[in-house]
Amino acid sequence: MQRIGVFVCWCGSNIAATVDVAKVVESVKGEPGVCFAQDYQYMCSEAGQQLIINAIHEHKLTGIVVCSCSPRMHEATFRKTAEKAGINPYMVEIANIREHCSWIHKDKDEATEKAVILARAAIAKVNLNAPLQPGESAVTKRALIIGGGIAGIQSALDIADAGYKVDIVERSATIGGKMAQLDKTFPTLDCAACILTPKMVEAAQHPNITLYTYSEVESVKGFVGNFDVKIKKKARFVDENKCTGCAVCTTKCPSRKGGNEFNCNLDNRGAVYIPFAQAVPNVAVIDSTRCLHFKTGKCGLCEKVCSAGAIKFDQQDEIIEEKYGAIVVATGFQISDVTKFDEFQYTKHPDVITSLELERIMNAAGPTKGTLLRMSNKEHPKDIVFVQCVGSRDNTARGKCYCSKICCMYTAKHAMLIREKYPDVNVHVFYIDVRTPGKNFDEFYRRAVEQYNVDYIKGMVGKVYENENGRLTVQAVDLLADRRIMLETDMVVLAAAIEPSSGVKDIASMLTASIDTNNFLTEAHPKLRPVESPTAGVFLSGVCQGPKDIPETVSQAGAAAVKVVGLLAKDKLVTNPCTATPNELMCNGCSSCERVCPYGAIDYVEKEVNDHGKREVRRLARVNSALCQGCGACTVACPSGAMDLKGFSNRQIMAEVDAICK
Amino acid sequence: MQVNENAKEWKPLIVAFCCNWCSYAGADLAGTSRLSYPADVKIIRVPCSCRVNPMFILKAFEKGADGVIMCGCHPGDCHYSTGNYYARRRMTLLFSMLDYLGIDRKRTRVEWVSAAEGQKFSLVMNDFAKTITELGENVKLGDIRCKK
Amino acid sequence: MQKVRGLVIKRAGELLSDGTVTRVLGYKCGDFFYDVTPAFFESADQLSDLEYGSFCGANLSKYLINACKDQKEGKILVLLKPCDTYSFNQLLTEHRIDRDKIYVIGVGCKGMLDIEKLKAMGFKGITKVLDNGDELDIKTIYGDKKCKRADALLEKCVCCKGKDFKAFDEVIDVEEPGEKGADRFEGVALLENMTSEERFAFWNNELSKCIRCNACRNVCPACSCMKCVFDNPVSGAAGKVNSNSFEEKMFHIIRAFHVAGRCTDCGECSRVCPQGIPLHLLNRKFIKDIDELYGDYQAGEEVGSRAPLVNFTFDDAEPSIVHERGNE
Repeated sequence: MQRIGVFVCWCGSNIAATVDVAKVVESVKGEPGVCFAQDYQYMCSEAGQQLIINAIHEHKLTGIVVCSCSPRMHEATFRKTAEKAGINPYMVEIANIREHCSWIHKDKDEATEKAVILARAAIAKVNLNAPLQPGESAVTKRALIIGGGIAGIQSALDIADAGYKVDIVERSATIGGKMAQLDKTFPTLDCAACILTPKMVEAAQHPNITLYTYSEVESVKGFVGNFDVKIKKKARFVDENKCTGCAVCTTKCPSRKGGNEFNCNLDNRGAVYIPFAQAVPNVAVIDSTRCLHFKTGKCGLCEKVCSAGAIKFDQQDEIIEEKYGAIVVATGFQISDVTKFDEFQYTKHPDVITSLELERIMNAAGPTKGTLLRMSNKEHPKDIVFVQCVGSRDNTARGKCYCSKICCMYTAKHAMLIREKYPDVNVHVFYIDVRTPGKNFDEFYRRAVEQYNVDYIKGMVGKVYENENGRLTVQAVDLLADRRIMLETDMVVLAAAIEPSSGVKDIASMLTASIDTNNFLTEAHPKLRPVESPTAGVFLSGVCQGPKDIPETVSQAGAAAVKVVGLLAKDKLVTNPCTATPNELMCNGCSSCERVCPYGAIDYVEKEVNDHGKREVRRLARVNSALCQGCGACTVACPSGAMDLKGFSNRQIMAEVDAICK
Repeated sequence: MQVNENAKEWKPLIVAFCCNWCSYAGADLAGTSRLSYPADVKIIRVPCSCRVNPMFILKAFEKGADGVIMCGCHPGDCHYSTGNYYARRRMTLLFSMLDYLGIDRKRTRVEWVSAAEGQKFSLVMNDFAKTITELGENVKLGDIRCKK
Repeated sequence: MQKVRGLVIKRAGELLSDGTVTRVLGYKCGDFFYDVTPAFFESADQLSDLEYGSFCGANLSKYLINACKDQKEGKILVLLKPCDTYSFNQLLTEHRIDRDKIYVIGVGCKGMLDIEKLKAMGFKGITKVLDNGDELDIKTIYGDKKCKRADALLEKCVCCKGKDFKAFDEVIDVEEPGEKGADRFEGVALLENMTSEERFAFWNNELSKCIRCNACRNVCPACSCMKCVFDNPVSGAAGKVNSNSFEEKMFHIIRAFHVAGRCTDCGECSRVCPQGIPLHLLNRKFIKDIDELYGDYQAGEEVGSRAPLVNFTFDDAEPSIVHERGNE
């Protein structure tokens, strides 16, 4: 049986004016377990707290109820008071007789009666309280970044600069990501490579950063502060330590039929290649699906020309195991599949391209060495049509319901760059809406319209086809003029929707991080915790969380890094003691609880139980209290009632219901 | 059911389950803003609406509650990200079942009240208390022994 | 049916002798010919007692839970009708049984018979029922009678789920496929269309018959808990008897709620209720609501599917929908 003290606060006149505090004290004295009750003017004051401490000592109290303001206000205060007096802080319950009573009721009898009932409910609950101890877990001071684009690089640099070890896992052969493929960046029109490559080099040279390129995360186990990760380092068939990046092998390779991914397959590369000149690491890689040596066992030309002896045809995939305290997902995006939009002839006509392909065409290192040419006949175009929202803001099955956010701006950029470099080219842009929120963004778009005379037409393109002149005809509607238009053009550029990178689903399920219906990773709170995943210790950086441009990505990457640093700076994590716990004798191992847990805190073990003398091995739920946040979803999903929540147990809540309804 | 000794008029008993992060804070705000609602409403704090077990609601009815209302964060704003989505399904099905058994559907309600919606909290409780008062005493789903 | 029994015994015997399985979970006759009960057979000799006929309505899947836990070597052969395989899959989904320890023979079915329906038709002193295509030959101590087979089907067979096996290792199927089941939600819709008072009167009447024998709970393959919440002293809902009308309702509401989204609608609860309470009408109400509100879902259709109550969509219906639709 508990020995309970009840402390009724006047809160000056805030409570005492409407609630007869003396009557409350008298009324609760006969409640089960109550052996002391007193009222006082300001319970939260130094003197009030001392009163509680003295009473705890004097009456050997095991639990206390404070009838006062909201627990959201002073629960923490009174828990500390209890701790000072030597009882467990979780043996405190608050009856909210101010916000929920004295402040809203005018009739003193009514308010007093309600205050007594609220006090009874708290007493009934504290009778069933048990001392709770917050757990502790250690923190591995190392972070893992999944994805080596600008988001991953920025997060890694920020964490590394704060003094912690960081590993970047990147599945392609170089870091840099999508930004490396861009020619210029809006709204300043500076060259992407000029601002990105120094960061890539910095990441490679940073003493705290380890790069695992051409590698993928194989498995993730563990929890916040203690992740065990297996990384598969795919065989490059080139010794990274020996290769000097001289690129002789890449020029000699006779297998040159396959597309060059870096240039969006607009030109070809050898089977042994370096993705691009500024690749980090600047090391060749052999594409075994194209290499003649792997296909026929012959060739081996690269091996012959490599003066460093770096070619290793017998290299194997390698598994690296490492422990991490925090993980940042920075898996970025890809261009969505535009082949579904066949009205634009993308699959049929080489002059219909995506915006990313245009980036490569405009880039000095691209397939046309930076000269704007039609891919069909390598001639200079006279007219270019841009089509916005290809797959974005599209509620049909083939599109994405969301706005890809970056297309309005990069299309204005493309239009402007083309008009600047080739004033003879007419540029038309078909749009649904032009969305340019952002610093200097609208000014940028207006420059395209006003200074560069880019022809913006509100309306969607219905159809594109090749006409008898060997050019393209664009059928569209001008919504503002309310008329159909037919435009003859040389090139059509599609602003295709962006979508989360392929493989993000696997990453998310490995991390038990949730994803939304569009495969974007879900944040822990859409407004207040936008860079954290609901899974503790997993953070989000860049487009994997939602469409965003480079400055936003970099900001989020920095924010994620700060969250990581904040976590790694701790030696121990104190865990919330109000966690779910299963009763092993009642658990069926049915997996219902696991399915509703937003934190992936529940797993199952085969364990021998002794059920009243009957020994058997059962599948039992196990809650990782370091991950459990105490929402209680599992307690209701559990059909047998085996799962219960400390601090808000079934019996405690039932007791409150009973007390209120008495 | 409670009997007000002075007036001897019947007063309903209403149990409100409020999630700690939104609705309980909304109720606090109603208090801070002095927005009144009947004292018949008694609030029980739970961490999340997904902690509300249908058994708690039935238990409240058994013990004499005349109405039970559950309040949680608006869908999409759950502190635990998904709790109220599960609660929404559970309560929809439970209430539908109670209705199917012929228990006045108006005696059960779910409202989403954010921490900023003190006004809404007060309006909801006033409205719910009015509804329950009009319905009168709950006799269909209760333990007769609890009715003194 | 005699033919099926012969095939089942033959095949079970073969599998026992070649060691594929070490025991057979089937049926044997009780005191009356229609009183068929689940039974284990451990050798080919014992199989002569194995019964397989038109009264084998019982769903054997739940008996596998304990069978999988015994320390015996080898696999268990189980006879499952198409509808039983849904429960089987649901138990697999919930990790209650071990697929590797089980050998499923799917036995084709054209609907099982309900002795209570025959009795209700006025047949007394029934000694034997012979399946004769669409007709039943009923031998009674007062002479031979006949009735339509369709009129004597179990409720679950009236609303047959179909003839597909959702899980099996092999199939013995010599039966002509029966007709597609009737609309299983008819009874629920009938109640929904009543007034609130009429519904209350209906359920008050039905549930007041409950003697809390727990047969519904014990037979239900979805009620597979080691220990029921009603037996759990810390659940706050423990109770062994119905001491008042509240507890009658509480027990059945919570039982239906706990199996909501997991119930395959196998109809065993109603079949075994000694008081004849139409318990399936509670489960089907949940199924109907789930289908209408969250999209069609059949528990046990596939192993590992996510039950509707441990799932959600962002734009699920609000609970207020209950207040907006149907009769008050």
